[in-house]
Amino acid sequence: MTSEPEHVSGSARGEPVGFLDAIAEGLFEEMEDDERVVLLGEDVGVYGGAFKLTAGFRAHFGAGRVFDTPISEAGFTGAAAGAAHMGLRPVVEMQFMDFISSAYNVVTNYLATSLWRGSGPMPVVIRGPVGAGARSGAFHAQSVEMAFFHTPGLKIVYPSTPRDAKGLIKAAIRDDNPVIFEEHKLLYRDPKLREVLPSEDFVVPIGKARTVREGRDLTMVTYGRMVHLAAEAVERLEEEDGLDVEILDLRTLLPLDVEAVAESVRRTSRLLVVHEDTRTGGIAGEISMRVNERAFEWLDAPIARVTAIDTPIPYAPTLEDYFLPQVDDIVTAARWLAAY
Amino acid sequence: MIRVTTTMCSSDASATQVTPEPSRAQLLEMCRLMHLARATEERLELLFRQGHVHGGVYRSLGQEGAAVGTAFALRARSDGTGDVMTYLIRDTGAIFTHGGEPIDYLRHYLARATSLSRGRETGVHFTDFDRGLVGPISHLGTMVEVMAGMTWAFRLRGEDRVGMAYLGDGGSSTGEFHEGLNFAAVQECPMVMVLEANGYAFSTPTRKQTRAKRLADKAVGYGIPGESVDGNDVVACYEAAARAVARARAGHGASLLEVVTYRRRGHAQHDAQDYVPPEELEHWASRDPIDLFEQRLLSEEWATPDELEDVAAGARTEAERAADEALAEPLPEGATALDRIYTDVTLPRPWTRLARPDPHDV
Repeated sequence: MTSEPEHVSGSARGEPVGFLDAIAEGLFEEMEDDERVVLLGEDVGVYGGAFKLTAGFRAHFGAGRVFDTPISEAGFTGAAAGAAHMGLRPVVEMQFMDFISSAYNVVTNYLATSLWRGSGPMPVVIRGPVGAGARSGAFHAQSVEMAFFHTPGLKIVYPSTPRDAKGLIKAAIRDDNPVIFEEHKLLYRDPKLREVLPSEDFVVPIGKARTVREGRDLTMVTYGRMVHLAAEAVERLEEEDGLDVEILDLRTLLPLDVEAVAESVRRTSRLLVVHEDTRTGGIAGEISMRVNERAFEWLDAPIARVTAIDTPIPYAPTLEDYFLPQVDDIVTAARWLAAY
Repeated sequence: MIRVTTTMCSSDASATQVTPEPSRAQLLEMCRLMHLARATEERLELLFRQGHVHGGVYRSLGQEGAAVGTAFALRARSDGTGDVMTYLIRDTGAIFTHGGEPIDYLRHYLARATSLSRGRETGVHFTDFDRGLVGPISHLGTMVEVMAGMTWAFRLRGEDRVGMAYLGDGGSSTGEFHEGLNFAAVQECPMVMVLEANGYAFSTPTRKQTRAKRLADKAVGYGIPGESVDGNDVVACYEAAARAVARARAGHGASLLEVVTYRRRGHAQHDAQDYVPPEELEHWASRDPIDLFEQRLLSEEWATPDELEDVAAGARTEAERAADEALAEPLPEGATALDRIYTDVTLPRPWTRLARPDPHDV
């Protein structure tokens, strides 16, 4: 066993850490604390993962607890379920989260239903990079949340900051339910996100939204990388329009923190939902219905949304930029909503 | 004892260990378990005709020898430390052999609140970890992956436990069978993959599933031993399975065992089996695994006719008692369906069913 890898000890040294290193820290700490936690996936061992998130883990924890699998998303996700039955707490890496679709059956029909069927808790985390903007085309850039949002029994977590990423990956590993953990690849090494994290052990609870910024005029509900675009938009709206906008980062998509959204809407009476995922069947639709049920009487305007367009994710920069929601889109929608 | 001819795809010397021959008591127990499977299924069929079964009923008529013989090679415990097994609809005999009881089997088909899934799941989809029984989902092949992971955990912890996964000829066409068995092979998991070649997957004959002459030949592609055995010879099934189990327990990894048998009923009760030539059914009826085994028990003087009659009658009585008991038990309350979706999150009841309906309460 070798000493711990460099990139998992930033917080212990009091240094600011980025998004990827924060996840690596959380994963490393949980593996140190609980020998039942094992890591499997394509190239996670010797190579250290396509994004090097688990670099050095195999040398530290050994080939038994960190191992490279055949290219078989269904096979190793199913195997993780079996290992969980026998008392392990597997963390599965999807090299790119797009490939989880190859494991759709085992995730939705097996892992998600295990407890309910009487086959016991299913402490499995499936984590990996998601999201567009890196010019990687239709199959290395997807948002996968809505393919799983409809499945009872799953939890879906999608952090936007290093602090939340670390606290939530730790909470996910300790959770007895299957958790899909989405990591936006453009956040991995974004220097602007680096922050000093607590040096002691901490978790961020699954199922709780976070108020990024309080405001009176309008609520923006968003998550993942869009939290940062929303923040940029809100700065402009404040400067140019004098608008006071509240931003809510969902952090967990399933179970959805409906009460946090409804509570905010009851104060601002206007709601804009922003997500990187495509429009039809996106989470904005469900949030809109939930607010309709819980806070219809408080609304002063229709609920609006800014999302990606309903196409596969294109490769050319011009096409991909058109596909993705941009800061300008959020500003435009917020102005329309404020003026309604 | 008569030996069946087997062929190994592997030259691994450790693969051909000598298996102790079953004792007379063990032979009689195999006979009892085959009768118990058949009697319980016959009782279930009757309950189905009487309208007590809410879903489909699947018979394993003719496959009892394959199921009992293979499962008999496992170490059955009731404290969660024994070998593990995942099975399919036609493995009633394997379930009972590994410690499952007719009452649990019948409760499940009858959707009783007392069943292991509390009425949530159909047929044999029940799990009892104490006994090492892991219920399947309906998607064929998934359990191969799950069993690969279960046995991988044994290997990681250095436990000398073994896992057995059952699948049919049809199931061996799935991608998940491939991914699961490949994982088990690469990771040298202590797993025995039993392929029950029973002639048909619903209405599709085996020749429309695969060009492989024998399902055991698929083992070559995974670099593991493969063996094919007469599935209607319960002792041959036991011996072949015992060899594979011994290999797994000794740390030599996964292997594949094909048991060649025949499904003598339709896929389920609704299937009239009109796609099957009658002479084929007649041929296999003459090779009934219980009849064949009893003839042998008598001819080798391992049992007397009276003993065999007692075994059969005992099985029938046990099945009857279990059916009466299960039938008297209640169905689950509707609202219990909301329980245990998560370990820690409570789901709301539909607002329209609350005492004072209000859509804000969702």
